[in-house]
Amino acid sequence: MSEMRELYQEVIIDHHKRPRNFGKLEGANRHSEGYNPLCGDRVTVYLRVEGDRIQEVSFDGSGCAICVASSSVMTETLKGKTLADVEALFGKFHDLVTGPPDETAATEGLGKLAVFGGVREFPVRVKCAILPWHTLQAALRQSDEQVTTEQP
Amino acid sequence: MRSANRSAASRAVAPLDAAAIQGDFPALADRPYGKPLVYLDSAASTQRPRAVIDALVRHYETVAANVHRGVYDASVRATEAYEGARENVRAFIGAADAREIVFVRGTTEGINLVAQSWGRANVRSGDEIIVTHLEHHSNIVPWQLLCEQTGARLRVAPIDEAGDVVVDAYRDLFGPRTRLVALAHVSNAIGTVNPVADLVTIAHERGVPVLVDGAQAIAHMSVDVRALGADFYAFSGHKIYGPTGIGALYARRELLEAMPPYQGGGDMIASVTFEKTTYNSIPHRFEAGTPHITGAVGLAAALDYVRSLGFSAIAAHEDPLLAYLVASLAAIPGVRLIGTPRRRTSVVSFMIDGVHPHDVGTILDREGIAIRAGHHCSQPLMQFYGVPATNRASLAVYSSREDVDRLVAGVEKVKEVFA
Repeated sequence: MSEMRELYQEVIIDHHKRPRNFGKLEGANRHSEGYNPLCGDRVTVYLRVEGDRIQEVSFDGSGCAICVASSSVMTETLKGKTLADVEALFGKFHDLVTGPPDETAATEGLGKLAVFGGVREFPVRVKCAILPWHTLQAALRQSDEQVTTEQP
Repeated sequence: MRSANRSAASRAVAPLDAAAIQGDFPALADRPYGKPLVYLDSAASTQRPRAVIDALVRHYETVAANVHRGVYDASVRATEAYEGARENVRAFIGAADAREIVFVRGTTEGINLVAQSWGRANVRSGDEIIVTHLEHHSNIVPWQLLCEQTGARLRVAPIDEAGDVVVDAYRDLFGPRTRLVALAHVSNAIGTVNPVADLVTIAHERGVPVLVDGAQAIAHMSVDVRALGADFYAFSGHKIYGPTGIGALYARRELLEAMPPYQGGGDMIASVTFEKTTYNSIPHRFEAGTPHITGAVGLAAALDYVRSLGFSAIAAHEDPLLAYLVASLAAIPGVRLIGTPRRRTSVVSFMIDGVHPHDVGTILDREGIAIRAGHHCSQPLMQFYGVPATNRASLAVYSSREDVDRLVAGVEKVKEVFA
């Protein structure tokens, strides 16, 4: 059970069951859609960006616990952050979930995002955790292309 | 091989002894994460018995020659082994003539061959091809490609909530422009056994030929293409304990004789000049290039293995086990079966309330349990049931009640993690 709890931490189960900032954002000026066709994870990220700061953020969609919880915790984390903060966070989160499984993940500065540290031990699930982040980046770029984190 | 046959034959009188059968399959000794493997994904690919592995090794060790080419001994023996495998397949599926058996990479290539050869020659703009809502993508997309190329139209026979084809609605789809029916013998996603002989009769009464996708049936029931009335029947070696990359397409001789080549190359020709090429006779016309000779030999060994067990013994083992699997899953609170077809074989799809199949798959994986979590290359069927994916457990001759019990315990663990 402990090994499973490393991946499915209580925080993750909680955010999966009760996703925060869920639903379309009224007044959004950016949005983008991510879709992983093999597993069916689908997430749309909505943003209200003013200047270089994310004022509001939400998401909707459906998917596995890792994807939904990652989206939910991400939206909690992003509110009020500058675009430079977001870029730095994304880099740290990427390292957190894709680092070598036998090394302890660096969690400094990640706050609640650190609960996804167990993902690196489940390489086939990295795409689930990282989908909302790539979707976020596409929204910030105002890209119309659908995002995917699955290899063809 | 002889000793494998003898030991298997002595078992065939009684229902299969799962423990003895498991011993025939070296890969089942795997211990993922230090736990004994529970392999419940045979619908995706079966494991191979020692007899098949030995046949492959023996063939690679002794007959490294091409077929239908050399006059030297090894080439003659390679040809004999390859053509012997063809005769083996013929006998296994009850075809009248070994020339009706074309070796292909698998079911998918068999269906594509029919779509591109028979289809391009016989299907015109405005014509119609009937498939069912149960189909695997490999029995949908080749026909969509043909439709794009010809201007023909795909018609879909509906299913009911149980996952059975609605026969009256199927019958109503036929019209003057119906050119072909393509349907699964067994649904890979929910296990429905289609009443193929009845569906074929309805098509034949209207002069329409039928292709049967046999990928999911071939390892679980005795297939007789003439009793079914199938005009085309395709299956894959790796779903019947054989190698990947080899399969067979059966095509009724009159149809095959009239079909243009599928691919061009060596072996499929009678003579070539820059002005004109004449094509080889069937089935070689459809086997351009050096075929998967060793694969065919391995497939023949797999069919011999299944033959040595016998389908009555296989059914006596698998049918009660399937009933046990269905009943065990249905008894778990929060578990919902997807599809409850009238007749089912070897495959069960299910959902656990509030848990995405990929989370289920991950947790079961760490318990040493291999199931399939996904859309099973049957997205239209997933859309019908309103799910993005399902959990699918599937059985084979080596499956046991212990496998089912471990799965049930694994499902309980999933519920615990997500409680």
